[in-house]
Amino acid sequence: MAVDMSTEEHQPPGISDRAAVARTATKNTLAEPPECRPLDVEVLRKDFPLLSQVVNGHPVVYLDSAASGLQPRAVLAAMDRYYETTHANVHRGVYATAEEATHLYEGARARVGRFIGARDPGREIVFTKNATEALNLVAQSWGRRNLARGDVVVLTEMEHHSNLVPWLALAEERDLELRYIPVDGQGRLDLSTLDRLLDGARVLAVSAMSNVLGTINPVQELAAAAHDNGAIVIADGAQSVPHTPVDVGLLGADFLAFSAHKLYGPTGIGVLWGRAELLEDMPPFLCGGGMILDVRLDRFVPAEPPARFEAGTPPIAEAVGFAAAIDYLSGIGMERVRAHERALTADALEAIEESLGADCRIFGPPAGNDRGGVISLAYRDVHPHDVAQVLDQFGICVRPGHHCAKPLMRKLGVPATARASIGVYNDLGDIEALIGALKEVGRLFG
Amino acid sequence: MWTAPANPVTAVSWGSAVADLEELYREIILDHYRSPRNRGELPVPPAHRVEGFNPLCGDEVVVTMLVDDGVLTDIKIAGSGCSISQSSASLMSAAVKGKPVEEVEALVRTFKGMMSIHEATLGEPPGTDDERSRAAASAPEAAASGPDGAEAEEGAEAPDPALGDLSTLGELAALQGVVKFPVRIKCATLSWNALAQGLRELEAAHG
Repeated sequence: MAVDMSTEEHQPPGISDRAAVARTATKNTLAEPPECRPLDVEVLRKDFPLLSQVVNGHPVVYLDSAASGLQPRAVLAAMDRYYETTHANVHRGVYATAEEATHLYEGARARVGRFIGARDPGREIVFTKNATEALNLVAQSWGRRNLARGDVVVLTEMEHHSNLVPWLALAEERDLELRYIPVDGQGRLDLSTLDRLLDGARVLAVSAMSNVLGTINPVQELAAAAHDNGAIVIADGAQSVPHTPVDVGLLGADFLAFSAHKLYGPTGIGVLWGRAELLEDMPPFLCGGGMILDVRLDRFVPAEPPARFEAGTPPIAEAVGFAAAIDYLSGIGMERVRAHERALTADALEAIEESLGADCRIFGPPAGNDRGGVISLAYRDVHPHDVAQVLDQFGICVRPGHHCAKPLMRKLGVPATARASIGVYNDLGDIEALIGALKEVGRLFG
Repeated sequence: MWTAPANPVTAVSWGSAVADLEELYREIILDHYRSPRNRGELPVPPAHRVEGFNPLCGDEVVVTMLVDDGVLTDIKIAGSGCSISQSSASLMSAAVKGKPVEEVEALVRTFKGMMSIHEATLGEPPGTDDERSRAAASAPEAAASGPDGAEAEEGAEAPDPALGDLSTLGELAALQGVVKFPVRIKCATLSWNALAQGLRELEAAHG
């Protein structure tokens, strides 16, 4: 791995004071980032084979990490090594390879747990197919056991469909009441009616960071308010966990869902972290092998969590790759990742504004502590599909569309946006390429 | 400030990217996008109304059509979407208005034939356009197993655009550049599929 793993100077003295000042000043729970040794992006980019690809005759400019991150070589090598030397099914065989596979799979669970500050990964980390399955698991298992007609579930207007449709489906089945925290003109949650919305609520399900606006939501504050009302809190961390330091001990949520592939790991594996006491009270979600203690012809006894929620052969190689991705990010340090992306987002917003001015409308809050590296934009009145098409001709990967957030698109009054999103390997050169190609959009569509 | 790179290789690819884009976004396409023809909706009844929807990008098209004594006497287009879907709908409306239904159906087939070979080969390993055309032309059963079975089958029956006479398409031939951009084919065919569906529904209703 080309990344310098040393963590000296990681937290220079005086950080906590600065953070405390920032907290008071901004009146939210998102701390001012500590000053970190900057990332050497030039060096780091060499770890990602896909970045040396040429697309349409241009070196690829990858600005779609909110959809999926690229994989460093360490992740690919770990998965190859697993298949070449250790592959066997887990939790079953007694032969050495099978035991080693189980060891690797459970080891991945422990590393994923440590990465987000879980106290007891062996009881709290459930591997799923992706973040969507993790969120469905909570709605279907916890929701069906605990929610009945008239119960209130509070969501936000900026939710990804994966944290919205499972609740719409359950609301239809159980006749639940859904309430929404509105989004204000700057793309932040409008908390002015929060008390009223949470009154009598059983669930608050909220995105920790918007995949459209880049808004980093004050989950800690929301969770405290929800708990005061007796509601449980589900955080969708699909965007926040790969790009910001997350500690479930501080976050205050009861469940946290995220996926590996947005965190520079493989596709096909995600995580549900949940408080052990809640998971223990939940019925199985998918049923089959591996999730039972005993089966008879007329009944079954489910296993304890997390096995209870991991029916069938799990994504073992993916767990190994996931752990390698976590090691890679931990080697950099999440504070440094966030500092890099925060600074680049600020520079990007400024450069776009300076170069394109009124031609380019950017959605979401201005640069700051509550702004992640997701930049949704509209270029004049050119349809985002056309914008992305032109950018593709220059090797620039952005995403046009509704980003699985159709209610938010309606709120913003657009059918779709073109979205450029930042990862650890991006630098200002990528943003300058984006700006240059956007000017080409202007020339073509005049 | 960032400018087109001076490196000759990259500068050439920059030029070719612009050339490809100019082929896709021909002046006539941009003209129909900016000033769409036959815009609006006809009153229903007597007109027949069909909605087309591309869930991938959110493009929507509403086609209202009036058929009288075997002739498509009037057509209007509503909805919103990208330049390709909107201009294709506008060009279509101009091309089919006032034509006998049989002629319209033939035009739909020819147009979709122009679009379909690449549609049928989506998901196959990358090759040159020529290789893909040859593969699709010589193996209709492979084409039928493409991601959109029904469409691919229809395409396999249509005349091979490499050999066929595109002159019947008139201005519509401007949309030929779209086949170089497989993702956009669904945009270009959105209104055509709606029109074809409408004609089928009318035929079924009136025998």
